[in-house]
Amino acid sequence: MGDTLRAETVRITGDHGEEIEAYLACPADPPSRGGVVVIHHMPGYDRGTKEIVRRFAELGYDAICPNLYWREAPGADPDDAAATARAAGGVPDERLVGDIGGAASYLRSLPSSNGKVGVIGYCSGGRQSVLAACNLDLDAAVDCYGAYVTGTPPDGFPLKITNLVDQLANLRAPLLGLFGNEDLHPSPEHVDELDRILTEQGKPHEFHRYDDAGHAFFSTDRPAYRVAAANDGWERIIEFYGKYLGG
Amino acid sequence: MCTYATVQTTLEGSAKGPEGSWFAVTDAAVYFDHPVHALAEHTLNIDFAAPAKGPAARVAVELTAAAARDLVAAIQAALESAPAALTA
Repeated sequence: MGDTLRAETVRITGDHGEEIEAYLACPADPPSRGGVVVIHHMPGYDRGTKEIVRRFAELGYDAICPNLYWREAPGADPDDAAATARAAGGVPDERLVGDIGGAASYLRSLPSSNGKVGVIGYCSGGRQSVLAACNLDLDAAVDCYGAYVTGTPPDGFPLKITNLVDQLANLRAPLLGLFGNEDLHPSPEHVDELDRILTEQGKPHEFHRYDDAGHAFFSTDRPAYRVAAANDGWERIIEFYGKYLGG
Repeated sequence: MCTYATVQTTLEGSAKGPEGSWFAVTDAAVYFDHPVHALAEHTLNIDFAAPAKGPAARVAVELTAAAARDLVAAIQAALESAPAALTA
């Protein structure tokens, strides 16, 4: 497999048939390949997230990241868009499911698609990855330190969300979870609870938890970056997607 | 993931924003969270904004907790130094 890829901004059909912006990266080969929907972190559709999209293309997947803040802030700088979305209470869950469903359909419509699509999300996107996998036909899901899959958001929490405990019975894709043991949201206890619920419900899942890592350990441009955890996490992702999105 | 409350308030005043232009500020969001730019795990962030003018009408500040407390004290001191009749 070579390292040639094409990356560009496209428009996709999101929730309620609305057109939204997305960042797409596609490798030159292999000719038939899986797809990955990347859900950006709360700071938005930024350079770091687009680097992740290109990395999945380099790994041999068609990858796409929808701009979840497009409706509130079309064309705005990512940090301005994130501030606007925060002030508005974040992305509604129903709209998120519609937008991720649209992104998955877009990937499956590509001539290169083998029909399999996975999802991965970071930070708030980690919870949204699980949410998507509970509501859409996806082949694999990755949750990178998503808060409030379990646990209860405190009063005054800026995102108008609930936990996903009552939806986990509907999880219809194997789940890979990557967490930092120094994270408070999700805390190790929150991760324990998610592990226990998925085990009780017979849901295929695989969790990896890293010492000396807290929240956002994949973020290479932030002090939270932890090279050992991030490198191992990427290896786990490659293995997981290789198993469920290949062929 | 943002972990703590976002406190929002309305404001009356002005700020110098993108491309050096002044605009009337109408809203502020204050929250303790991961910064975009400051080299700290968490910072006290303030968005001075004018939502009616769009997302780009924003002046963002990210301060360490100690710096934020120093700023609060400095604002209080400056207000108290002025004649009460002017700051009522």
